[in-house]
Amino acid sequence: MSRLPALIGRRLWQLLPIIIFATFVVFSLLQLVPGDPAVTLAGDYASKERIEEIRKLYGLDQPLIVQYGVWLLHAVKGDLGKSLLSSAPVIELIAQRLPNTILIATYSLIIATLIGVPLGVLAATRVGSRIDTLVTSVASLGVALPSFWLAIILVANLSLGLHLFPATGAKPLLVDPKGALLSATLPAVALAVGVIAELARQVRSALIEVLSSQHYRTLRAKGLSPMSMLWKHGLRNVSVTLLTLLGLQVNRLFSGAVVIEAVFAIPGAGSLVAYSAINKDFPVVQGVVLVLVVIVIAVNLAVDIFNALLDPRAASS
Amino acid sequence: MGVVLDRAEVSGAGAAATSSAAPLLSVRDLSVSFNDGDRWIQPLQNVSFDINPGEVVGIVGESGCGKSLTALSILGLLPLRGCKRTGQMMFEGQDLAALDESGMRKVRGRRIGMIFQEPMSALDPVFTVGDQITETVRAHFPVSRQEARERAVEALAAVGIPSPRNCVSMYPMSLSGGMRQRVMIAMALVCEPRLLIADEPTTALDVTIQAQIMDLLIELGTRTGTAILFITHNLGLVAESCARMLTMYAGQVVEDGPVADILLQPGHPYTAGLLGSLPQVRHRKSKLPSIAGRVPSAYEMPPGCRFAPRCSYVQPPCETLQALLARGARHVRCCRQDELTLPGAEA
Repeated sequence: MSRLPALIGRRLWQLLPIIIFATFVVFSLLQLVPGDPAVTLAGDYASKERIEEIRKLYGLDQPLIVQYGVWLLHAVKGDLGKSLLSSAPVIELIAQRLPNTILIATYSLIIATLIGVPLGVLAATRVGSRIDTLVTSVASLGVALPSFWLAIILVANLSLGLHLFPATGAKPLLVDPKGALLSATLPAVALAVGVIAELARQVRSALIEVLSSQHYRTLRAKGLSPMSMLWKHGLRNVSVTLLTLLGLQVNRLFSGAVVIEAVFAIPGAGSLVAYSAINKDFPVVQGVVLVLVVIVIAVNLAVDIFNALLDPRAASS
Repeated sequence: MGVVLDRAEVSGAGAAATSSAAPLLSVRDLSVSFNDGDRWIQPLQNVSFDINPGEVVGIVGESGCGKSLTALSILGLLPLRGCKRTGQMMFEGQDLAALDESGMRKVRGRRIGMIFQEPMSALDPVFTVGDQITETVRAHFPVSRQEARERAVEALAAVGIPSPRNCVSMYPMSLSGGMRQRVMIAMALVCEPRLLIADEPTTALDVTIQAQIMDLLIELGTRTGTAILFITHNLGLVAESCARMLTMYAGQVVEDGPVADILLQPGHPYTAGLLGSLPQVRHRKSKLPSIAGRVPSAYEMPPGCRFAPRCSYVQPPCETLQALLARGARHVRCCRQDELTLPGAEA
């Protein structure tokens, strides 16, 4: 356990190059997007001189590496700049949009864990049975289904057909919790299906390995009850696999959110980054990417810490 | 180990129990069949033997002879599906074969303890040693966590673990193989069972540690009066530590009797073959004798004597089914047992 602070320290050091690399890659890629932000900024019918002036004003005439350096310097000071389109501070835009995305991702992860893990356990404890076959084949299907297609099916049936859930939009969680959850349900379910399938498959195979292990046989030889064997020893043994998997799914949920937010017209971080990228609103894209990278790394760090607490072998490696 | 057979007679451990007392465990006609999808195979056939209270009994034989299967069958640890077990196993007046899972749970770990071959993989890697022993105690006794932990510490001290109070909070990965096997022994004995099944408890350990673990097992067995069923392919260890032994071959008991008698003059050619394969330090032969061929698989059992294809004393009567027949204090499954005088251990 004494290795834990060292682990955290090591991870925090790794954070820095990852953030710089990720934001730089995005910065460079944005140059490839067709169109010129200076032209966009100058508005319709702007003169050539006006466009040049704006290019200078925003530093867009500088080499790429200088532009990036300037951005990074400001970002370190907590200033992510202003939107080229709306002139609103990027921080403010993110603060408005991100909660919606986090709500959908968290909601989705909870649904997926509550369904996916029991399915995996159910299948693993009945290998070769009909339930196992059913879970395995449905999971294979679930992994393959695109979430946007599912989203469209869900909207068509549950929103437009039965009027159970709103088809589009989002509500603030703190002001209208019920409305917020109701609006977030369909996007969360659409995103969760793939995660459920992934969790069920991985938990199943990890648990099968534990159940057939020699130390699991020892538990039987000690006279433990099947329930205590499965829920105490079985799950604790697969918890590392499970947590690592959940960490990966968080990344997947944030990237999936870009598409899902578009389908449901949700003003989240995903739709913000998509809209800004299309309109060459560099500062916003950069800001959102930075925040998402930090979130993903923080989640992975949390996973590593929990793993180290749960499994003595993980802490020492 | 060297020439361990010399000590067979002087070894006092587990001196033959009085035959008048009722056996602790009496196995009769234990057979196990597996369904491999197409058909049933029977890797264990009509195994019968007794273990008296406090007695140390060895089961020897090559790999695949059904030694471990016998042990697992006694505790009902066979897979639940595709497996059939018949026969009777009277243990302290109760037929284990007739017990259901919940009945067996009260026997496992409490009245019969078990140690496995691989101490490296037999302990749960993500729980501390203390947790694993404590939960065994609490599965069988209504004691507090604190009390169970105290018992765990005592059990660890009894198996010779230095600073047992530190050991309880350690994970198996930070212990050596020998230490893990001591932990396994502590865990198997913490509820003071009447019988301990030790399935190749020293095979995975260094030779120097093997002797320590065997001595520990015998000492604990003698001190607590726990009978030990000791499964091994090492005849030397049996000679040192057991009062009685069974030789198993191809799923059958082929010989059963007092260790000293059998080692001096084996009644079955297979036992004689196992004895002959032991390395002898005194006269180094150029080549170590071995038994030609290998154990037949359950799919291709010879119709008559199962050892016949590998036996150098084979005669026409060996083509017929062989019965386990009494011969003095022993039982031998060989139709030629009265004609043959087989070489014993070279003392």
